[in-house]
Amino acid sequence: MEKFTTHTGIGVPLRQSNVDTDQIIPAVYLKRITRTGFEDALFSAWRKDPAFILNQEPFNAGSVLVAGPDFGTGSSREHAVWALKDYGFKAVLSSRFADIFRGNSGKQGLLAAQVAQDDIELIWKELENHPGTQVKVDLVSKTVECGNIVAPFEIDDYTRWRLLEGLDDIGLTLQHEEDITAYEATRPSFKPKTLPARTQ
Amino acid sequence: MGKTLAEKVWDAHVVRKGDGEGANAQPDLLFIDLHLVHEVTSPQAFEGLRLAGRQLRRPDLTIATEDHNTPTLDIDKPIADLTSRTQIQTLRNNCKEFGVRLHSLGDAEQGIVHVVGPQLGLTQPGMTVVCGDSHTSTHGAFGALAMGIGTSEVEHVMATQTLSLKPFKTMAINVEGTLRPGVSAKDIILAVIAKIGTGGGQGYVLEYRGSAIRALSMEARMTICNMSIEAGARAGMVAPDETTYAYMLGRPHAPQGAEWDAAVEYWNTLHTDEDAAFDVEVDLDADTLEPFVTWGTNPGQGVSLSEAVPFPEDFADENAKLAAERALQYMGLEAGTPMKDIRVDTVFLGSCTNSRIEDLRAAADVIRGREKDPKVRMLVVPGSARVRLEAEAEGLDKVFKEFGAEWRFAGCSMCLGMNPDQLEPGERCASTSNRNFEGRQGKGGRTHLVSPVVAAATAVRGTLSSPSDLEPASVSASTTTDAA
Repeated sequence: MEKFTTHTGIGVPLRQSNVDTDQIIPAVYLKRITRTGFEDALFSAWRKDPAFILNQEPFNAGSVLVAGPDFGTGSSREHAVWALKDYGFKAVLSSRFADIFRGNSGKQGLLAAQVAQDDIELIWKELENHPGTQVKVDLVSKTVECGNIVAPFEIDDYTRWRLLEGLDDIGLTLQHEEDITAYEATRPSFKPKTLPARTQ
Repeated sequence: MGKTLAEKVWDAHVVRKGDGEGANAQPDLLFIDLHLVHEVTSPQAFEGLRLAGRQLRRPDLTIATEDHNTPTLDIDKPIADLTSRTQIQTLRNNCKEFGVRLHSLGDAEQGIVHVVGPQLGLTQPGMTVVCGDSHTSTHGAFGALAMGIGTSEVEHVMATQTLSLKPFKTMAINVEGTLRPGVSAKDIILAVIAKIGTGGGQGYVLEYRGSAIRALSMEARMTICNMSIEAGARAGMVAPDETTYAYMLGRPHAPQGAEWDAAVEYWNTLHTDEDAAFDVEVDLDADTLEPFVTWGTNPGQGVSLSEAVPFPEDFADENAKLAAERALQYMGLEAGTPMKDIRVDTVFLGSCTNSRIEDLRAAADVIRGREKDPKVRMLVVPGSARVRLEAEAEGLDKVFKEFGAEWRFAGCSMCLGMNPDQLEPGERCASTSNRNFEGRQGKGGRTHLVSPVVAAATAVRGTLSSPSDLEPASVSASTTTDAA
C-alpha cells in the first residue's frame, strides 16, 4: 500500500446522507474479477443525470469527496472503495461512516476522515460558492483545510499509523504467526470443521 | 463485573491482545472459526494470495457456495451472462486450487451462504464467523459473533485465519411481550431500525433479548440478526438456548455424542451475566407492534402498515427531511397516502432475510385457498436447494404454483438483482429482502420491505396488505399463520 501523509485536491460537495454502497457501485459491476478498472462504475446510476455533481466541471476532476452522514452504508463490497480510488478520489469526508466501508478504506489507502457535520456544512458552502476550491487533507496533523476553514478530523490511531507507513495488514499479522499456531492448539475439539464434508 | 455475550465470545478468540488502552488501543487479533466464501467478493482475495505466494491457512474452516450471480431458472444450462459465468467459473477454479469445499449450482447444499452455514450445522454458538458479505450478521442468531468483511479482510482471513479488530461497544435491544398474529420477526427488526436509524448501531454489537425474542424460532432469530447491519451494527446476537440446541441437534456438522455434551456445557455459559452492563439499551414493546413496511430508500424509512407515507416537513433534522423528499420522489409516492393504498407490480419472497422453510410455510399459509391478484407477478426463491427440496416434500411448491407464483431455484436472486431476476424501471415491489436502496432490485425499481406474510397478503390484494385485511379463504386452510 502507498503511504498517505497529505493530499490536496478539488473538493466535491455531495449533499446527501445515507450514500449506500449500492449507489457508489451498483451490483451489476460486481461480476468482474479484477481489483481495478472500476472508474466507470462509480455512482453509475447518478452519473446518468447531467445535473449530478461529478458531471460538472471542475468537480469531475475532484479528489476529495465531501459527503453527508452515514456514508458507505449497506453492502460490504470493497468494490465501492476501489471505484472511488479508480475514479481518482484520495479521501472522503463525512460525519459518520458505515463500519465496514471505513475498514475497507483503511485497507486500500483511501482516507475516510470523520469530520463534524457543522464543519461539513461550512466546507459544502465554500465548495459551492467557489467551485474548484482545493481541500487539503493532512493525516499527520489530522486536519482538513478548505478556503479559510480549518477543521479537525477523526481517524483511529491504528489505521492512521498503517496509512502513514503504508503497511500491509497481512504482513503485520504474519509477524505473530506463532501466536496463531499456539491459539489453534487450544481450540476445543467440538468446534466444527468443513472438511471432511458431511451432508444430509 | 460480569460480561456480555459479545464480550465472552470476543475474549475466547483473542490470539493476541492489542497494545495500549482506551482510545489509543491497538486492535486485538481474533481467531476466526468459520469463513464462508462466495463468488463475488473472493476472486480478488484468491488472486492476492497467489500474487503474494501465500497459502490458504485453514481450508478445513472454509466453505464456499455460489449464490449472488446464479440464475434461478434453467440451472442445468450454462449461465447465459458471460461475466457471471466467468465469475462462477473463477470460484470453481480457485476452490479447486486452494482445496476449498464448494457447493456448486445443482448441488443439494448450494444456496445463499447464510442459509447454507446454519443448515449444515456449521454455524454454532460461541463461534466467530466471517464472510465477504454484510449479512453475515445472520449467524449471530446462534450466539456467534458474525461479521461481514471486505475483500482485503477476506484475503487476510484466508492467509492467517484471524482478523485485527477494535473492540465494539454493546447495545441491548430488549423486546418484551407477545407478538400479535400476523406480526413477525421482520416487523421487529424493521421497527428497531426505524427507531435507532441506519447509523444507530454503528460501532455496536447488538444483543436481542427479552421474552419476545426467546419465543422466536431459529429462522425468526436469523431474520432479526440478518438486518442488524441495516441499523449500521457490525453484528447482532441472540444468546443460545434450548431452541438453538433443538435446531442444531442432528445437523451434519453438529457435534455428536460426548462432543455434543461438552459443547452444550460450554454453550450454556454463553449469555450476558446478570451484573454485566451494556453501553446502551433500547426497548421495544412486542405487544403493540404492527406489521411494518418501508416507504423510502433506506431501511430506516419505515412505518406501521396501518399508517400513511410521512410528510418530509415533519422531520426535524434537515438531512432527514432532504432524504425523505428525495426518497418520495424516487419512490413515486405522495406524502399522506395510506400505505395500504400503494399498489405493487411484483412480490418477491426470498433473500437471506426471509427464504427459509418457515418463511415459505408462513407465506403459503396465507395464500392457500386464495387467488393472486392477476396483475401482480410473484417470485418465490428458496434460500437453498435444501430448503427447496424440503418445501417440495411438504407440497408448498404446489401451493405457490396453484396461486400463480413462480417457483424458482435457490440463490440471492432479486434481493440485489445480480442475476436476471430484476425489476424494470419504475416497477414497484413488495419484497421480503433487506434493502430498499435506489436501484437495488433493478435500475429504477422501487422496493418496499415487508415480512413474508405481508408479502403473501399483498400478492392476494395487489396493494400492501396484512393477512388480517384478507377475506376468509375459499377452502379451509388447515394451518394457521405462526406469529413467530
